[in-house]
Amino acid sequence: MIVGDSKPLEEILEMIEGKDKVLVLGCRGCVTVCNVGGEKEVGILATALRIARKKRGLPTSIEERTLERQCDPEYIEELAEAAEGYDAIVSIACGVGPQFVAERFPKVRVFPGINTTFIGGALEHGVWSERCQSCGNCLVHNFGGLCPIARCSKSLMNGPCGGSANKKCEISPEVDCVWHLIVEKMAEMGRLEELERVWPVKNWITSRDGGPRRRVREDLKQ
Amino acid sequence: MKAGSNLEKVLAAGHFAVTGELGPPRGNNAEEVRHKAHYLKGIVDSVNITDNQTAVVRMASWAACKILIDEGLEPNYQMVCRDRNRIALMSDILGATALGIKNVLCLSGDHQRFGDHPEGKNVYDLDSVQLISIFKKMRDEGKFLNDKELDGAPGIFIGAAANPFADPFTWRAVRMGKKIAAGADFIQTQCIYNLPKFREFMKMAVDRGLHEKCAILAGITPLKSVGMAKYMAKFVPGMDVPEELVKRLQGVDKKAQGDEGIKIAIEMIQEIRETIPGVAGVHVMAIEWEHRAKEIVEGAGLLPRPVVD
Ligand code: SF4
Ligand code: SF4
Repeated sequence: MIVGDSKPLEEILEMIEGKDKVLVLGCRGCVTVCNVGGEKEVGILATALRIARKKRGLPTSIEERTLERQCDPEYIEELAEAAEGYDAIVSIACGVGPQFVAERFPKVRVFPGINTTFIGGALEHGVWSERCQSCGNCLVHNFGGLCPIARCSKSLMNGPCGGSANKKCEISPEVDCVWHLIVEKMAEMGRLEELERVWPVKNWITSRDGGPRRRVREDLKQ
Repeated sequence: MKAGSNLEKVLAAGHFAVTGELGPPRGNNAEEVRHKAHYLKGIVDSVNITDNQTAVVRMASWAACKILIDEGLEPNYQMVCRDRNRIALMSDILGATALGIKNVLCLSGDHQRFGDHPEGKNVYDLDSVQLISIFKKMRDEGKFLNDKELDGAPGIFIGAAANPFADPFTWRAVRMGKKIAAGADFIQTQCIYNLPKFREFMKMAVDRGLHEKCAILAGITPLKSVGMAKYMAKFVPGMDVPEELVKRLQGVDKKAQGDEGIKIAIEMIQEIRETIPGVAGVHVMAIEWEHRAKEIVEGAGLLPRPVVD
């Protein structure tokens, strides 16, 4: 899923300064799963904004709404009638949400209420870890099911580097050295020899380096 | 001869090689480079010029290399993959060799998180192993990575680094082997303080026949003080400073710790040279202590340096 972090309340208050009627807009997709932008969080943020604005003697009209998804125009359309009645919409979906909403309703000011951080998964309740950088050409099966692109701080394909110590990455004792894990895993699987191969340079065209990506599926297009 | 560099010739003639290291200044102070270089002249066969080491911005490595050439020393151009993509790396090696640079050391590079601009975006288009293979291709086939012909192929003696003390330990010789398979002509290791572990590493390397394919130079950095030893042990990832070395330094007067560190470095070189098979030379990294490099090299009985035609 796409994982995100709430923006500090103060930053959101600044964004909506001078805007009287505000909508906090959630999404039932990834951000609901990672507890940052679902219906519950919409309620929490709206309440916090009301309290803060009340204290400062500002208008407290903060409405709440959560769409099925914000990365699909079909659901954004549900706002068609209401959208222009707001001075500001704070979307707490991933970065796609505020863009889709702003595109559909050009007259309304739209703000991102969360910081979209990475594609990852939950390790335990309340802990997520980055797992993929959407490089566009998945190779994880060659590395024991671990991604060296997203999980090695240097995206090394022939790691581990000389900074790997005690299973941790040179950048922080909090970060696992994925290359240590790869070597361990491949050894366990009896596939260590495969890692002796010199991995050739990666073709980054399929990644963001090839320019913004777009996908057309003729079989699905109407 | 691949490049005809002094380092290559010294090694080819079977001499025990000695390389040194010089960190460019944090500014454009060319005089500072000349000043440090003069301490190393005639003391080492080639001088590594670091490339924004520890991700701290310094004078460009190639430029400091050129200053060394003008001073009559042979540089070893360090290049990291952190700051440049394949286009810039290939371009820079062409420029560097056009200026007379003949040795290159290919590195992934320290992550910028602990540098002086941690907010920067890193590149890591390639890793060090891939960089080695591209330079080998440019030199041996006269082609860019994309197979297009070069108008003038770079003659370069290609180096790489190996850290015997990083983890996982049993993989370190294998990874060094990958660098050699990719085209490394020489290897310089991370600073060695734990000799038994280095011995074990070299045994794995020799068992794989790596010392026959490539010159392996053992990294030596003199400990200046107890403080430095403790700092290295604690804060430098992949650095192994045994407790007994720290104790040995603690055993002498504070003012004499530097001399003791030099003594340790000399003993280390002698022991490596005499008792560890497969080592072709030493890489003396007297960081910000260039003026004491001579004591070490001389003390280890490695002066005068051979002159090879
Ligand atoms: S190899 Fe690419 S697509 Fe696969 S997990 Fe890693 S970044 Fe994602
Ligand atoms: S320590 Fe491991 S994860 Fe960190 S940069 Fe080096 S190889 Fe990658």
